Amino acid sequence: MSGHAGIRIEGLTKRFGERVVLAGIDLAIAPGERIVVIGPSGTGKSTLLRCLAFLDRPDAGRIAVGDLVVDAARASRRQILALRRRTAFVFQNYALFANKTARQNITEALTVVKRMSQAAADAGADAILAEIGLADRGDAYPAALSGGQQQRVGIGRAMALEAELMLVDEPTSALDPEWVGEVLDLLERVAAHQTMLIVTHEMQFAREIADRVLFMDGGRIVEEGPPEAIFGAPQDPRLQAFLRRVG
Amino acid sequence: MVVDLEYMAGLVPVILRYVPLTLEMAVISMAIALVLAAALAIVRVLKVPVLDRIVAVYISFFRGTPLLVQLFLFYYGLPQLLPAARSIDGVTAAVIGLTLHFSAYMAESIRGAILGIDRSQWEAGAAVGMTELQLMRRIILPQAARVAAPTLLNYFIDMIKSTSLAFTLGVTEMMGAAQKEAAGSFRYLEAFLVVALIYWAIVEALSFVQRRMEVRLARAFAR
Repeated sequence: MSGHAGIRIEGLTKRFGERVVLAGIDLAIAPGERIVVIGPSGTGKSTLLRCLAFLDRPDAGRIAVGDLVVDAARASRRQILALRRRTAFVFQNYALFANKTARQNITEALTVVKRMSQAAADAGADAILAEIGLADRGDAYPAALSGGQQQRVGIGRAMALEAELMLVDEPTSALDPEWVGEVLDLLERVAAHQTMLIVTHEMQFAREIADRVLFMDGGRIVEEGPPEAIFGAPQDPRLQAFLRRVG
Repeated sequence: MVVDLEYMAGLVPVILRYVPLTLEMAVISMAIALVLAAALAIVRVLKVPVLDRIVAVYISFFRGTPLLVQLFLFYYGLPQLLPAARSIDGVTAAVIGLTLHFSAYMAESIRGAILGIDRSQWEAGAAVGMTELQLMRRIILPQAARVAAPTLLNYFIDMIKSTSLAFTLGVTEMMGAAQKEAAGSFRYLEAFLVVALIYWAIVEALSFVQRRMEVRLARAFAR
């Protein structure tokens, strides 16, 4: 289900104009590993995820997913598509296809990108709808779903891809507090058999789910380690200050 | 009496016989123009190299010159350049002219609708690995069509009325028929009033459809 050969990121760099948002990120992710990225706003956490899926185009660096190696500076259209097809993305604002039902949101990529038959895709979607607790809402359009339901469909859409790496960008930041729990519960279940890179402000969740926590500041990974170390014995003063602020 | 109502009433069935031709020209032009306009809009939105510049000039020309001038260029002017164009009849020339003219306008409203679609829709499609064309066809265009539909129907209404210009290419459509009738009776006011009333009735019927459609579209994607 999850990754095979792991993911390697080397020297990933991104500038917006003069501003350096990613100042050379190096990171290796083992198959099945769950990595949570924390840090102050505007330190490049989301940009890191977006660059890995080329939603923002990185300026330099290398991304390797299994046997696919992409040199950011000269990535071809074909390579970008290939990379995107090996990753799945869960968006902060859900970004469900507005003209597709919940079920179609899940099947769309399966039939169009993976060229699965409609019947097979529908069967897969029904299984996922049941897993995300929306078995009876498959025919609903996103506009008719609550924020929590929409994000669960967003996660279901990503699950269906059986990607080697799932990128999860602040999955609960846009949610009303009442829906946060159900989304985090689902993510925790999915993470049991999925390689994941998650950006979140939910520290309790990070503590529970992460094999490894990265603390980013100023476009760099400042400190990393298992959650017990990061939250229990933070070394860098910036991390200490950050943890004091977020309580 | 100034207006001969009885004459008018007698003329209505005569002119009505030409309604199918009017609708035929409009429907065929609209169908081709829609496909063309969508293609033009996609070229512009995706900024396809070279083609984008050509399409920009195309749109500028067909929006920047009067339809009547364009029709005359195709029908009377083109055969001078391409002798084969001489075999094109008035109806065909009118359909070509209407198609090209309105495709330019419709391309711009489709382009506007596409650009109005939220960026998240593009990103979600890109993230699952869709190509730009897959994304356009499956996600963006269906949503843009919903936004553009009322405007496009307006162009269709405009197109129906513009078919009357085929008269100037020697086509006997409603205007042509009215002209011929009036030439015998000297009842120009009555003849052209009948034409006006028939156009008005057609457009009103379509406006009714348009209002119904807008209500339905407002409900779409909201189940």
